[in-house]
Amino acid sequence: MEHLTDQSGLLSLGVFLPLVGVAVMIFIRPAEQALAKLVGLVTAVATLAVGIYTVAQFDYDKAASLQFYTNRGWIDVINSRFIMGLDGLGLPLYLLSMVVTVLVMIYSWNHIPEPGNAKSFFMLMLILQVGMAGTFVAQDLILFFVFFEIVLLPMYFMIGVWGGEQRQYASMKFFLYTLFGSAFMLLGFLALYFKTGAESFSMEFLAQNAPSIARGTQLWIFAGLALGFAVKVPMFPFHTWLPDAHTQAPTQGSVILAAILLKLGTFGFVRIGIPILPEAAKAYAPWIGLLAVIGIIYGALGCLAQTDMKRLIAFSSVAHMGYVMLGISTLTAMGINAAMFGMVAHGLITGMLFFVAGSVKDRYHTLEISRLSGLLKQVPHLGWIFGFCVMASLGLPGLAGFWGEFPAILSAYQPAPGLNVNLFRGYMVVAAVGTVLAASYLLWLFQRTAFGEPTAEFGGVASGHDARGHSVHGHDDGHDSHGQDDDHGVLAAHDDHRADIYDVTPLEWLAWSPLLVAIVVLGVVPGLMFKVLDPAVTNIVDSAMKVLGG
Amino acid sequence: MLAAGWVAPVIDAHALAPEIVLASALCLVIIADLFLSESRKWITSTLAGLGLLATFVPIITLAVDGNDRSMLSGGYVVDNFALVMKAVFIIGGYVVVLLSSTYLEEGDYYQGEYWTLLLSSILGMLMMSSSRDLISIFVALEFLSIPSYMLAAWRKRDLKSNEAGLKYFLLGAFASAVMLYGMSFLYGLAKTTNLAGIAAYVKEAGDTGLIAMSVVFIIVGFAFKVSAVPFHTWAPDTYEGAPTPVTAFLSVASKAAGFVGLIQIVLVGFPAAKNIWQPFFWVLAALTMTLGNLMALRQDNIVRMLAYSSVAQGGFILMPLAVASTSGTKAIEATVTYLAIYTATNLGAFAVVLAVARKTRSASISSFGGLVKYAPGLAVAMTIFLASLAGIPPAGGFIAKLTVFLAVISGGGAWGIALASIGVVNSVIAFGYYGNVMREMWMKPAPDGDESPIRIPQNLLVALGITTVATMLFGVLPQAVLRFGDLSSFFSAGG
Repeated sequence: MEHLTDQSGLLSLGVFLPLVGVAVMIFIRPAEQALAKLVGLVTAVATLAVGIYTVAQFDYDKAASLQFYTNRGWIDVINSRFIMGLDGLGLPLYLLSMVVTVLVMIYSWNHIPEPGNAKSFFMLMLILQVGMAGTFVAQDLILFFVFFEIVLLPMYFMIGVWGGEQRQYASMKFFLYTLFGSAFMLLGFLALYFKTGAESFSMEFLAQNAPSIARGTQLWIFAGLALGFAVKVPMFPFHTWLPDAHTQAPTQGSVILAAILLKLGTFGFVRIGIPILPEAAKAYAPWIGLLAVIGIIYGALGCLAQTDMKRLIAFSSVAHMGYVMLGISTLTAMGINAAMFGMVAHGLITGMLFFVAGSVKDRYHTLEISRLSGLLKQVPHLGWIFGFCVMASLGLPGLAGFWGEFPAILSAYQPAPGLNVNLFRGYMVVAAVGTVLAASYLLWLFQRTAFGEPTAEFGGVASGHDARGHSVHGHDDGHDSHGQDDDHGVLAAHDDHRADIYDVTPLEWLAWSPLLVAIVVLGVVPGLMFKVLDPAVTNIVDSAMKVLGG
Repeated sequence: MLAAGWVAPVIDAHALAPEIVLASALCLVIIADLFLSESRKWITSTLAGLGLLATFVPIITLAVDGNDRSMLSGGYVVDNFALVMKAVFIIGGYVVVLLSSTYLEEGDYYQGEYWTLLLSSILGMLMMSSSRDLISIFVALEFLSIPSYMLAAWRKRDLKSNEAGLKYFLLGAFASAVMLYGMSFLYGLAKTTNLAGIAAYVKEAGDTGLIAMSVVFIIVGFAFKVSAVPFHTWAPDTYEGAPTPVTAFLSVASKAAGFVGLIQIVLVGFPAAKNIWQPFFWVLAALTMTLGNLMALRQDNIVRMLAYSSVAQGGFILMPLAVASTSGTKAIEATVTYLAIYTATNLGAFAVVLAVARKTRSASISSFGGLVKYAPGLAVAMTIFLASLAGIPPAGGFIAKLTVFLAVISGGGAWGIALASIGVVNSVIAFGYYGNVMREMWMKPAPDGDESPIRIPQNLLVALGITTVATMLFGVLPQAVLRFGDLSSFFSAGG
């Protein structure tokens, strides 16, 4: 496959630009939080601008080729090179990572969680951005690994410092799980390197040479890689860090985690696992498919059992990533296209759900489903956005979620040649049942929290009158809530709660509307993204099939 | 043989220049100490620092020159390996000087003597890097050890410091005796102390019982020096009791010197006996990193934690030696790379410990609570060092672990992969205690609520700067540093 080397510095610029912002922010005094936030946001926007320019310059007729390709010496002693390139596979996620960082920063403008310190918070987000974007364009295994791991420490601190009550436990669990998986992934990388003659860590080189490795060795190597990716995805049974991390993380951390970090694992399967070790991928495909459908059902059942809104959304991630993995395990162009689409769709939708959950928590100071009720009455805009995301998440046709889920299920009907058709059709049925469960847990969640009357605790019907009207026009910026205390001294018992309940603020609209628009646009015109993905995916599947066939 | 008469050996002054310069600086410090009044003793520290920097000059000229030099029929060699290790010792030593000077002044300890001993010890290390002869290795080892026994007991009114020095001395002397015993067998068999000569003998004789015994004795002796499990028991007590800058020195430079001696004696002296030492190193490496890690998890004192961590790190450094016969140069390169990166990182960590202890007057891990609030710079630096020790990219420690794993897998077949897997699991476990310190710094409040800032003396700042930059440079642009580590000439020069 030819490489396009025009504007080869563009990817490095896009990936490393946030570090400039970090360097500048180091010199901002802690007292000047607003300035720090501004520098952080400007950097993220500038990075996004570079990203948009990159996407605009991308040659969509050659989406299967690596573009903006750069290949420089890096660590010569171990033959690891600084190779970056963007193709249709990486492009959507590369851009998404930049968009999400900007939106999360906008949202953070006045939502810095306890214990404050916006400067560090923004710096960590910028460092995270480096690792996320880098992973999607790295074409050398060591470089990939470095980016893959860069995200760990910032996320560890984000959860551990700004998280909920169990934050220290959750952050450590997150860290150790991912480190454990990626350690074995690294061993797999090293084994690949040696088994192909210790010449190069370049993905392209390995894809050409790894198929000559003995089958038994390939299986071992793939197992190592898969462990690293599977923990990150997370696939059942390596998922247990996820609910804790998501529940304890601050809203921003949850959004980034759901929107981008989980995709590093699935992306690794498609970018590294299948092209380099197609034979082993095929051998493991039935097992990956099995774990995927177990994940779908287990995640759904887990959702039904949750009493905490955020934890429920976290478990729904396990189920959704199950669909993605099912698509990948079919080893067909259709399945992988669906999986790639599903990653982006899940990023947009679940990211939004976590935003909404964060905002609900801001207002009600709880995410206990049983204590919430009547969102639609009390905060109608927020309630409807929530409903919209719920519909998108359960895979309603016309919204983005559908195009990740439905083709993935369908692709299991006819998996790649050589895979057990009946087995995969069985998976298909189970996955289809999973969608019913998904509809039930999501609708049930929506029904319990959004329908009905606001509870007495939050100034609903039981305590009378105009809670809604008051809260809507009382708090446009939502932060001087205590100024309103005098207005209703009679209701002193419920005062704290009521005073904080207000509808979607302009800043939230600003942060959310791009995601909402994207969910609709991708739902109505999925071809926008399939057009980018398909050439690259077909290329991967074709070369894998060539190896398997010949 | 003896009858042939004695011919004066040719002395290559350029090759010996680093040692000569450092020895002169050492004398200068002694003389200056005699004539300086108590209030101006600080000049000795400046002299010691300048002496070390001056020593760096001939190292650079030798490196630029690039020729391998060999004296005393191959018993004293200046090749890339020796130069890289000498550079590490000099830079490490310089950082230790920076760490010590304020500590000594404020603690009102003897200064002139301290610097003399420190420089002697570093001089021993320089000699160690070049020695390819049983006698010069032993002399170098004693030269670097004996001053450090005294340094460990430098806080002489402190019972723990005395215990540290005494324990270190007794076990060190015991280890030397064991090693010497092994060496005497080897000399008796090969009738030469020159490592190249011994190598030739061992190759011919094969694995006899006597050779096996002497090899094991020698390795056990060095295992004490590098505190490999189960010969590590002195390390935590000594590290805890010794003055903190000395602990930094012991955990980095002394340890590295032990490894240098070990590499030379094993890989140059009896590469043919690989069936004996390879399995031995395999077990030592696996035990050392696993037990070191498990015990580090239980510590609540930062210095003890770093002591066990350095034991565990020693296990990683031993790993490539377990497959050295097949991976050859790679194994040495990996060891040297690891030593260099570990030196920078661990010295940095101790610099932070020293800086924090100036305020908290405590060595417990909980005293790091809330550090990020009142000393964000220190907290970030410590985070980088801990991440590096844990092997998380993009800090240097990742490259160190990567080269070690590469070396082990490249040479070891199934055993190598098994050892690499043990190493990988251990590097995950290790995050348990490194992450614990990060957690204290970032997520816990200051233990006594005291959030007044820390005043960091200039010397410590410079030390922190050097170590932080080095740690990150190793991680991000490893090639800039690793290219000095081309050690393919090691075997040829030795043999």
